[in-house]
Amino acid sequence: MSAKSRGMVERSLSSFVGALEHAFAAEELAKKKGLLQKLDPRVKIVAILPLILIAALARELRVIALLFALAVALALLSRVPLGTLAKRVWLAALTFTGFISVPALFLTPGRAIYSVPVLGWTVTAQGVRTALYLVMRAETAATFSVLVVLSTPWGNLLKALRVLQLPTVLVVILGMTYRYIFLLLRTAHDMFESRKSRMVGKLGSRELRRVATASAGVLMSKTLQLSGDVYLAMRSRGFRGEVYVLDEFRTGWFDWVMLPLFTAIAGLAFWFGR
Amino acid sequence: MHIPDGYLSPSTCAVLYGAATPFWYSAFARVKRLLNTRLVPLLAVSSAFSFVIMMFNVPLPGGTTGHAVGVGAATVVLGPWASMLSLSIALLIQALFFGDGGITTLGANCFNMAIVGSLIAHLVYRVVAGTTALTSLRRMVAAALAGYAAINASAMVAACELGIQPLLFKDASGAPLYAPYSLHVAVPAMMIGHLTLAGLAELFVSGGVVAYLERTNPALLSPSSSGGMDKTAQESPSRSGWGLAAPLWIRLALLMLLTPLGILAAGTAWGEWSVRDFSSPEMRQKIQSASGDVAPPAHEPQGLERLSSLWSAPFPQYAPPFVRQPAFGYVMSAIFGSGLILGIFLLMGWVFSGPGDAATKGSP
Repeated sequence: MSAKSRGMVERSLSSFVGALEHAFAAEELAKKKGLLQKLDPRVKIVAILPLILIAALARELRVIALLFALAVALALLSRVPLGTLAKRVWLAALTFTGFISVPALFLTPGRAIYSVPVLGWTVTAQGVRTALYLVMRAETAATFSVLVVLSTPWGNLLKALRVLQLPTVLVVILGMTYRYIFLLLRTAHDMFESRKSRMVGKLGSRELRRVATASAGVLMSKTLQLSGDVYLAMRSRGFRGEVYVLDEFRTGWFDWVMLPLFTAIAGLAFWFGR
Repeated sequence: MHIPDGYLSPSTCAVLYGAATPFWYSAFARVKRLLNTRLVPLLAVSSAFSFVIMMFNVPLPGGTTGHAVGVGAATVVLGPWASMLSLSIALLIQALFFGDGGITTLGANCFNMAIVGSLIAHLVYRVVAGTTALTSLRRMVAAALAGYAAINASAMVAACELGIQPLLFKDASGAPLYAPYSLHVAVPAMMIGHLTLAGLAELFVSGGVVAYLERTNPALLSPSSSGGMDKTAQESPSRSGWGLAAPLWIRLALLMLLTPLGILAAGTAWGEWSVRDFSSPEMRQKIQSASGDVAPPAHEPQGLERLSSLWSAPFPQYAPPFVRQPAFGYVMSAIFGSGLILGIFLLMGWVFSGPGDAATKGSP
């Protein structure tokens, strides 16, 4: 098999496997006994969402830095390994946003603070500030949202979105989508693996493209077939269009202590970050 | 193109959530009317498909590979409304669980990729495919172009959203608070990548999926199909689109009646001054107080003076000349303006529904 063909198929395969691994790792972390795991998922959403919003609103770098420190403390208290966060969130966000914000150091007009020796480009104070705003906001918001996701079984998190007044039908669709993502990931994985096992010759770029797009077409046909089958299965079990979600969440004293605490922190961060 | 948190100001995010909501509402109502009880499984499974298709690696000319959003393929097979819902749900799950795109920017990402993308893909596909047979080469080309145009339109809208951030949001020192690049940097930076690699990935996936379905299952490409949607469409209650939108009509009428509220507002609409306002001492005072005590230029700007004579609106200052009562004039202007917009959309609906019906009849 040529290096190129191995690249295309295996890169798709590793994307599918990566998504499955990511989900399984989250399920494992959600089972640990930590601070965020103890909270009712609805309370978690109501407590953390304002912090993400305030990290985006704040005009003070120190406030964003404190919010980031709070996120790290929450990770430690929730037994989320910092290595996982560093690998999955911090490094990824830093690479992407850091790369994007580097030209801003030179392009933003303002007070010059440093000149790059050979190139003669000038770094401005405003450029440094804007790059810091971008990187710190992206890191802080991503850390908070990943903490919620890693500390909650995903099915429960989707159900808890009802607290944001999402219609029940949407919550049911989201829950089903989540389940069928795994089925379709598995189907796509099997399709690519069986194709890979049958590839012996050298495939050109055009041929490989045909393999990828035909696989997408097969997956689409299977999807529509599957939706018909699922519908019939639902009908046979008495589905008549109405949807219900079991309300299995219960708030305890811990939720009612933590919610005001988070709200107070959000209020203070909003005030000092104005 | 998934914009992360922190790149757009919360106010821009709120505006784009607001802009996306009527499309979501309308798309949901339309798809529900068409699918009735099939809505839940079809949307769930097609959203899962949209999610998985975003992970496909497509080989591109030159030895690189790229990822597609799949907006062209989804729009051609599912229709624009189901496509925008499926993609929005897939984007929500991506943002929540996989950190692709932010939570605050989810509305923007859905607006750019799911809504603008699906509508542009639909428009281009319908115009290019015309009334050709479902298995024709032209349909494959139409799908490919639809995907290419859709992803570039989405990128353009995203670039504009990012590009206006430094103009609007700066801190006390003048440092941009969010995305730091203005339009003349953001637009080329986004478009170069999308006109080439990302656009090609979308072009190949859309064209390739449609070519595959043309060979194996052309019935799926029929506008009324979408995995057997046609049968349930007959079962669903025959409530027309006009009837379904009744709550919207009532709200529109209420908003029209409320338009004279603007008369109560004190001060001047910032930036909406006419040439005459610059010579009136009273207006100059108002402009100055509305502009943070910065005095307006002594003479009216030459460009404004020159251009103001180019077009004379039929309802200057929102009041027809034959109406002396300003409140009545506002209501009349609202009715006329809304009627004009509705008329344009009805005309567009009439123009674009023609080829679709013909294509359905011509399907094998």
